[in-house]
Amino acid sequence: MSTRLSNAQIAWRAAQDIEDGAYVNLGIGFPELVAKFQPPGRHAIFHTENGVLNFGESPPEGEEDWDLINAGKKAITLKPGAAFFHHADSFAMVRGGHLDVAILGTYEVAETGDLANWSTGPRGVPAVGGAMDLVHGAKRVAVITDHVTKDGRPKLVERCSLPLTGVGCVTRVYTSLAVLDIEDRHFVLREKLPGISVDELQGLTGARLVIPATVGDLVAPEV
Amino acid sequence: MDKTVPDLAAAVAGITDGMSLMVGGFGGSGAPIELIHALIDQFKATGSPGRLTIINNNAGNGRVGIAAMIDAGMVEKMICSFPRSADPRAFTEKYLGGEIGLELVPQGTLAERIRAGGSGIPAFYTPTSYGTDLAAGKPIAEFEGRHYVQERWLKADAALIKAELADLLGNLTYRKAARNFSPLMAAAAKLTIVQASRIVAPGEIDPEHVITPGIFVDRIVEVADPQQEEALMRDGVAYA
Repeated sequence: MSTRLSNAQIAWRAAQDIEDGAYVNLGIGFPELVAKFQPPGRHAIFHTENGVLNFGESPPEGEEDWDLINAGKKAITLKPGAAFFHHADSFAMVRGGHLDVAILGTYEVAETGDLANWSTGPRGVPAVGGAMDLVHGAKRVAVITDHVTKDGRPKLVERCSLPLTGVGCVTRVYTSLAVLDIEDRHFVLREKLPGISVDELQGLTGARLVIPATVGDLVAPEV
Repeated sequence: MDKTVPDLAAAVAGITDGMSLMVGGFGGSGAPIELIHALIDQFKATGSPGRLTIINNNAGNGRVGIAAMIDAGMVEKMICSFPRSADPRAFTEKYLGGEIGLELVPQGTLAERIRAGGSGIPAFYTPTSYGTDLAAGKPIAEFEGRHYVQERWLKADAALIKAELADLLGNLTYRKAARNFSPLMAAAAKLTIVQASRIVAPGEIDPEHVITPGIFVDRIVEVADPQQEEALMRDGVAYA
């Protein structure tokens, strides 16, 4: 058994918590995978910042319509009941509290719910897109991430060291090792891989974990 | 009333040095490539307009459209949310060389600032960017126990817009997700210039289907079969 979930498995786990009929925004890149793993019988309605509700998968190569793209500038298709709207309406949906769930990637997330996912520091060209808007307004803001960086440092920390995207905005974290809620400025462990002990998980986490009486097993299929 | 002009050169006439210019589109979707290239043609012929401030979600892609304006040396500053793209060389090289300015604005705030500009609303409060570097120096206020950042309207001297249908009065429809910022920009600019794939007589667009009412539009030029940024990039086109 693998010692950590793949990105696809993390996305699968996050998808299990999306209710039927939920209005959902997925961040560009890794979070877009979540759309592939909706449980049978559930149909979320996906929102993209550039003005589409209820879009579907990418079209086959060669059939792209470049007036029909998502926020990541990838070609998309429409599902029956889709809608187009301008950018101010699109962000009214975001900031106005009309989205049920936003799922984003991250560099760091703090026990306070602070998120840092837009800038790795002053070098290079800064770019923020819709991230700072998305973290305000969605009823649930979740992040999906590896539990640690590529060189093994914790991504779940007491305080973010990188420039913030938003303050106190994240409510749930899905990692390659665990599922955690952020409650009262602490990471509360809800599920962990069966093969890892609480002590090992704490050692890979940069903030104190709150361990409730019951912690579920984090089990994802091979996807 | 007839807001059509005979050609692209006439459409972009009067855009001069130092102006602020809103350009519709999100990536290549809705980018008014022909209007932008007409402005580059004017710059090549006359050396003007230069020192432009360009307002768009992005900062160009490849060597066409806004990227080609940057390559040509027409742009002094970008106001945008995401100056990265599949091929961001034009902006990146000038930015890292200190040759172009950048005002980075969160995407929803950019949209709302433009809407405010077109609506006569000088400032508004948003939760976006509170507690972040992008709120530095901006007034903060508390409403119902939450913190909000004051943002100001954004207006422009001119806007370049790509529409699908236009009637002679300037009523517009857009194609699919190419709408994005364009209806907001059309209202926020002093001079709104539209390229439309087809121009029709008044009455041929069902009033129920009008997205941008003609009151926001000043000039219309027909560009049938407009070019798409992605196709130009695939073909390796460099316009500047």
